[in-house]
Amino acid sequence: MEKFTVLNGLVAPLDRANVDTDAVIPKQFLTSIKRTGYGENLFDAWRYLDAGRPGMDNAKRPLNPDFVLNQPRYKGAEILLARKNFGCGSSREHAPWALQQYGFKCLIAPSFADIFYENCFKNGLLPVVLTQAEVDGLFYDSALPGFRLVVDLERQTVSTTDGSKRHRFEVDPSRRHSLLNGLDEIGATLRHADKIRAFEARRRDQFPWLFR
Amino acid sequence: MHSQNRMGRTLYDKLWDSHVVHADADGAALLYIDRHLVHEVTSPQAFEGLKLAGRKPWRMSSVVATADHNTPTTGWERGIAGIEDPTSRLQVETLDANMKEHRAKAYFPFLDKRQGIVHVIGPEQGATLPGMTVVCGDSHTSTHGAFGCLAHGIGTSEVEHVLATQCLVAKKMKNMRVLVEGALGRGVTAKDVALAVIGRVGTAGGTGCAIEFAGSAIRGLSLEGRMTLCNMAIEAGARAGMVAVDDTTIQYLKGRPFSPAGPEWEQALITWRMLRSDPDAKFDREVRLGAQDIAPQVTWGTSPEMVLPVEASVPDPDQEKDPTRREGMERALAYMGLKPRTPIQDIRLDKVFIGSCTNSRIEDLRAAAAVAKGRKVAANVRLAMVVPGSGLVKAQAEKEGLDKVFRASGFEWREPGCSMCLAMNADRLEPGERCASTSNRNFEGRQGTGGRTHLVSPAMAAAAAIAGHFVDVRSWR
Repeated sequence: MEKFTVLNGLVAPLDRANVDTDAVIPKQFLTSIKRTGYGENLFDAWRYLDAGRPGMDNAKRPLNPDFVLNQPRYKGAEILLARKNFGCGSSREHAPWALQQYGFKCLIAPSFADIFYENCFKNGLLPVVLTQAEVDGLFYDSALPGFRLVVDLERQTVSTTDGSKRHRFEVDPSRRHSLLNGLDEIGATLRHADKIRAFEARRRDQFPWLFR
Repeated sequence: MHSQNRMGRTLYDKLWDSHVVHADADGAALLYIDRHLVHEVTSPQAFEGLKLAGRKPWRMSSVVATADHNTPTTGWERGIAGIEDPTSRLQVETLDANMKEHRAKAYFPFLDKRQGIVHVIGPEQGATLPGMTVVCGDSHTSTHGAFGCLAHGIGTSEVEHVLATQCLVAKKMKNMRVLVEGALGRGVTAKDVALAVIGRVGTAGGTGCAIEFAGSAIRGLSLEGRMTLCNMAIEAGARAGMVAVDDTTIQYLKGRPFSPAGPEWEQALITWRMLRSDPDAKFDREVRLGAQDIAPQVTWGTSPEMVLPVEASVPDPDQEKDPTRREGMERALAYMGLKPRTPIQDIRLDKVFIGSCTNSRIEDLRAAAAVAKGRKVAANVRLAMVVPGSGLVKAQAEKEGLDKVFRASGFEWREPGCSMCLAMNADRLEPGERCASTSNRNFEGRQGTGGRTHLVSPAMAAAAAIAGHFVDVRSWR
């Protein structure tokens, strides 16, 4: 997994509540057996004017000029500013893959859906929860061309580059530790292999029908 | 006897406590996983990850697998070639290859007579049992909570993690209880209860929570109905939904292929009957609904929380004060091609879909057939299709003659699978088409780019197919 420490990134605002993972990456792109190749189809139905299918040359497709990420000023954005309940719906991990492969490294919203939130951490994409008022303020600030934010995971802060604003965010110590160090979670769990085996043996004795 | 020094525990507390292998100081725990359901879309990258890291699956006897998302609902006589899209076909073949390499407890491949939607076949086979932790790379895994399980969806990295370690890194959720007391009215189903709950709490209302559905109306539901309800817990934002074990649960499980038998069955019953919340258990949040207040529900927008009783009219965004909500409503109405204040029953339909992990079980098909019997699908409905949840549901329905009822009414009778719930196969809406659907999500583009979805119960969908527009199934004669 990729490490996340400090990010100074351009901010793109997506001003919609309840953005679901079907919108983030539509189902026709889930037929792939790979982990990569999803970035060009991020927000496909909003981003392009035609109906997207796998295997198209996306560079030749007509862009929707009204969609925020198509505005030249947000080219190269690494921080997505979003509204409440971002990532609701399907558990598809293709959603954080698509966001990451597009270039986002951090998402900021007043709330995220549970499964999506978890999936982000597994991929080194940092979801930051700020208060509704703080997010409202950042949406206001994002009208400023070239608006950037500094996200510091070590200090758990989101700040403006001039230091005029500084918001603290919460994150579980274990998730923070994994992300800061880019840890392999399976490897970490397997350090408890003996404990898992002992638990399993006890459970097998008690509930043998679960192991048939 | 009730312990003096211990607080009452909820069903979720009990399920959690009995599966913690290891807990860190900050509350992150390793949770042992009893059952891992696998399908073709969210597993290939997990098996590849294992291979790249040189790891082996921990316990394949926990895995029950099937191909459901990509499989076609017609042309099965053509075999694997019937999956016309080559990338979809490769995905199904990749699952075949992974199951050949790693022997699962059970694998029901495409074309097997027991194949079907993963959340239909698990319970049907008795592979979902009370007291289990059940995970699957699919958000509708919450379905299995109907059996007094802790069941929820996971991402592909977690699929790999569970394959490799038999554990999930988890943090305890909050306890939420949805109490529905009283008797449901005629024509009002578990689907309507689910939609009414979501309408009340919103699509983020259960975020961070495990929901226990309780109360006399829930106890009165069949297991099929409870599965429908738990299935949609995720649409209320809760990863897990659950219902306590009772005689209905036990009756359902008796004699299923993977249910315990003989002395083990008796032994199992003792532990299963404890799978309910203690009377003094504390919930972080509680929501109450009166069963008699719930009418048949119809969604009008692009989120399951945008839902109303069938006798209502499409809302007017001008009445909404919150600007984010108002913009959301305006965007939804524009996408759905609806005008404010249009009576729900004046909305005319192009297609009708009866199926999905929410509503494709035998009880659902019986309810739809009872409404359709002896009537014809309206001329303006281009396609009305029934997709059974599994090969066994299909066989049972055919035994009861339901296929003949549907066909005589003008419905298409298809092969099992996820089908037009998410339209990964060839079944989909064309841009602008409007569909009454028994599935679970009315998101933009969910059933096909530009498609417009209205979520309803099977009886409401069948009635809409016959009438050509939404009708109140309570007045259906």
